[in-house]
Amino acid sequence: MPMPFDLDQRIEDRIEEVGSFAKHIIDDLIRMVIFTGELSRIVWESITHPRRVRRRETLYYMDMCGTDAVPIVVMICLLMGIILGFQGAMQLQKYGGDIFIADFVSLVIIKEMGPLMVAMICTGRAGSAFAAEIGTMKVGEEIDALRTMGLNPVRFLVMPKLMAMLLVMPLLTVFGDIVGIFGGMIIAVIKLNLPIVVYYNRAMGAITPLAFMLGLFKSFVFAFIITVIGCRRGFSAGNDAMGVGRAATSTVVSSIFWIVIADFVLTFFYSMIGE
Amino acid sequence: MSTTDDVPIIDVRNLIVGYGDNVVLKNVSFVVDKGGIFAVLGGSGCGKSTLLKHLIGLYRPFSGDVLIRGKSIVRSAQSDKDAMMRSFGVTYQNGALFGALTLLENVLLPLEEFSSLHHEERVLKAKEKLRLVELDGFESYYPAELSGGMRKRAGLARAMALEPDLLFFDEPSAGLDPITSAELDKLILRLKKDTGATFVIVTHELDSIFAIADRCIMLDKQTRGIVADGNPRELLEKSDNPWVKSFLSRNNLRYCN
Repeated sequence: MPMPFDLDQRIEDRIEEVGSFAKHIIDDLIRMVIFTGELSRIVWESITHPRRVRRRETLYYMDMCGTDAVPIVVMICLLMGIILGFQGAMQLQKYGGDIFIADFVSLVIIKEMGPLMVAMICTGRAGSAFAAEIGTMKVGEEIDALRTMGLNPVRFLVMPKLMAMLLVMPLLTVFGDIVGIFGGMIIAVIKLNLPIVVYYNRAMGAITPLAFMLGLFKSFVFAFIITVIGCRRGFSAGNDAMGVGRAATSTVVSSIFWIVIADFVLTFFYSMIGE
Repeated sequence: MSTTDDVPIIDVRNLIVGYGDNVVLKNVSFVVDKGGIFAVLGGSGCGKSTLLKHLIGLYRPFSGDVLIRGKSIVRSAQSDKDAMMRSFGVTYQNGALFGALTLLENVLLPLEEFSSLHHEERVLKAKEKLRLVELDGFESYYPAELSGGMRKRAGLARAMALEPDLLFFDEPSAGLDPITSAELDKLILRLKKDTGATFVIVTHELDSIFAIADRCIMLDKQTRGIVADGNPRELLEKSDNPWVKSFLSRNNLRYCN
């Protein structure tokens, strides 16, 4: 016999589900804030006692997150510059404003797309790798081993990653910016017949030192977000292979979400100071 | 008047532990005196490893206390707890070695962090520990290049790096063939003789228990507590608890439903 449809029960269940989901998000947020607080303490400790930073690991992660990411950053940002160039060229040609393509591409790349695309690449490469690495260490009881040796896992595992990301992500962003602007130039030269020197002069004129620095500041913030979320998800991963997989996936989704939120907030503040 | 020698190295008082709402062990109390090999025995899922994680301060119990050399590891501030943790060594089921570091670097790690020795002296000491567990010649190997038994021995070398007088082992024989397992038992006996340290071993391997343990406690899943305490051979001969007797005589199948 089919079960009678109980509308009240269904509504109650849905409310419970929403409440449970909201509680999960709030709990996660609280844990993230506590983790960020602990990390900030360790960062301060590392500033006051620089010898405590594990240099070899930092260099390893700089290589992994920086050097190894250069080809993909160059490829993606070049294509992004070309795409922006195409889109800009089509619109600007209508109004006879071909020359402004340099301003358009360079400003969009420097202020938004450069830091954002590099952040997306680093989320996929480094953030998920951090979560998987720490999650696997948790499964293998290596985190417990660190604790029972009296070592702080955050200082031991997170600090080198954070230092590496804070150092290499702005550098990758500079690379990304340069090739992105170059990508726009290819379209300006081929599609709009602009001389290279004209494009170059317009682009250099459009980019102010402040705009460049603000773009780099975004990449610092994104580096912090990716590392904190990746490492935190690793520490909270389940004690099996599925748990590690879920932590890596969740890192990518959460990082992208918080990167976009941070980008919105920063762009809002930049607009208030006229940038 | 009591002296520090009178204080038991481990004193567990009315410990109630578990996960979430699930109580795994309740009102567990026992004392471990200095020296000798103490084993925590029991079937799968009876809470042996959970108890170990509470003894070493990784988990916080629902209630009760664990005193290491008379000081509570449960109620200590984090800095005191870290110091207490450094005073004992722990060997995990699969060695828990750091995959990115060589064996020598793994053993060097606690020395680099907490020893005032010069680098050359640290390296010598780390090599000495590896020699002690018969892993000399493997200093530059990575954990992934070693067998399970070698990884456990390397974990033991790392646990002994700071020369603790208390060593914990989580399932030292798990996943090892009988010969490697017996070799590890011999190694533990030799270390007991050479170092005079106290060994706490969590295991369900009866061969190991009979070969090395001076005293054991037996945990039971049904009662969630200790059902036997004493020398394993004496328990086998004299215990009037049928479950204990059947477990120790490897004849426990008849008691399963």
